[in-house]
Amino acid sequence: MTDALQAYNNKIAAASVEDMVLNMGPQHPSTHGVLRLELITDGEIVKEVIPHMGYLHRCFEKHAENLTYQQTIPFTDRLDYLASMNNSHAWVMGVERMLGIDKDIPKRVEYIRVLVCEMNRIASHLIAVGTYGIDIGAFTPFLWCFKDREHIMGMLEWASGSRMLYNYIWVGGLFYDLPVGFEERCREFINYFKPKMVELNQLLTDNQIFISRTANVGVLPRDVAINYGCSGPMLRGSGLKWDLRRIDGYSVYPELDFEIPVGTGLMGTVGDCWDRYKVRIDEIEQSVKIMEQCLDRLQNELKRTVDFDPRAKLPRKLTPKPQDYYVRCEGAKGELGFYFMHTDTRSEIPFRAKVRAPSFNNLSVLPEIAKGVMIADLIAIVGSIDFVLGEVDR
Amino acid sequence: MSFEDIKLLLVEKFGADIIVGEETGGLQPALLIDPDRIVDVCLELRNNSKTYFDFLSCLTGVDYGVEANSFGVVYHLASIPYKLQLTLKISKEHDRANGEPVFKSITSVYRTADWHEREAYDLVGIFFEGHPDLRRILLPDDWEGYPLRKDYKTAEYYKGIKIDF
Repeated sequence: MTDALQAYNNKIAAASVEDMVLNMGPQHPSTHGVLRLELITDGEIVKEVIPHMGYLHRCFEKHAENLTYQQTIPFTDRLDYLASMNNSHAWVMGVERMLGIDKDIPKRVEYIRVLVCEMNRIASHLIAVGTYGIDIGAFTPFLWCFKDREHIMGMLEWASGSRMLYNYIWVGGLFYDLPVGFEERCREFINYFKPKMVELNQLLTDNQIFISRTANVGVLPRDVAINYGCSGPMLRGSGLKWDLRRIDGYSVYPELDFEIPVGTGLMGTVGDCWDRYKVRIDEIEQSVKIMEQCLDRLQNELKRTVDFDPRAKLPRKLTPKPQDYYVRCEGAKGELGFYFMHTDTRSEIPFRAKVRAPSFNNLSVLPEIAKGVMIADLIAIVGSIDFVLGEVDR
Repeated sequence: MSFEDIKLLLVEKFGADIIVGEETGGLQPALLIDPDRIVDVCLELRNNSKTYFDFLSCLTGVDYGVEANSFGVVYHLASIPYKLQLTLKISKEHDRANGEPVFKSITSVYRTADWHEREAYDLVGIFFEGHPDLRRILLPDDWEGYPLRKDYKTAEYYKGIKIDF
């Protein structure tokens, strides 16, 4: 037994005498998956939170060291399984840049990628918002969000053949072109979805009970957020305009017009749970805006043609020259990064691949901001982080 | 601030022997740093008003293989005010029969390194000196071996239970 493990065991043993040690999870509904939180509580006040994870560890990095770049794409789908498109997009971008073919990708392919990624981002945020409502005690938004999300799932299934784990974006292209009529269906969805968001805002965002439960709770100051490596809506909720879609300007995002919503402390303090929630709601709106712009391009100057083949640029051999490359992109949860270490000129397999999972880093701030809160507020904080255990455990 | 400027800045501050080498072959250049002084380098890069590398994007533990007989850690830093990225690498030779290689922990500079270092310890078997709570993070506490080491043999049994796959 190592010293650190011994110290931890001693701490739990000592805490069981004075205070109460309480297990939350791994089967607790509000931990959003198989996260186990060990709470040291004094009455109803949480003195310390010790997260335990790994229940969903699937050895992603070990798999990636044994499979070719193309073969690993289905595994990346299973990282953040609520936004699979974003994961494979990041992976594929990294490999394409290492191969030096990232400038040759046809514009139509890039726009389709961005379109499906943004659809998936909406789906992911809808889950975040809906399950957050259910954590707080509002059941209706959950059903509404899942109903709307199901439209997106249906459309992405239509495009890729799978409901959640798509394997749609490939190195150098796409699995297939969009099915005929997809763009029109997207338009229909947007027209249906916009009023739904207004209703959702009326039901949840401006709901006084919801505001009382989330405003001024779990305040994450900006410097703490940066130091803990928080990214995505967590960091933006703390009031920092940091969106890699704008900072790095990858894919076709520089050609698109969208705002970066940040937390303003409208209902309480900057960086509280309500701010993080609101950033997600605003991001859904922005994603809808991006979808519309993509559809405009895809239906006009980048129309499908009979001879367009999204697999035309697929490289025969995925053999980058030996180098290290760290690719980062804005996933639904934050900065999603892949670090490739390629050493063998003739190999299609990376020497080492590492995932920088946004949920993993976002979750690591939980023990810091959950110190001294009530147990009920802890649920609100955990929900506002919006992590996916598939990505935390990899 | 370019890669060369950052290099100059570090050399001026800590002397020429702080930089052991550099890798400029690929798309992203990397600085190889003296492993014993990584904490000072990170602290300087974070606090210097010309760099402000305040965001640790990624920390990777690497086993360079049985033949190379060395281990390393790769740091990906990002500067939010200046929108810069930088890769730092440290590595040292280590005989794998001889326990875990020991590197300095940078949790005092970046708190996010806490969990990343635990993960590197868990999967690659790198010990971080000065880490507040270096327990396994993804695998069970009583797991034997470090799965991402290149010489790792898949366990057949876990607590007497046969692992089928």
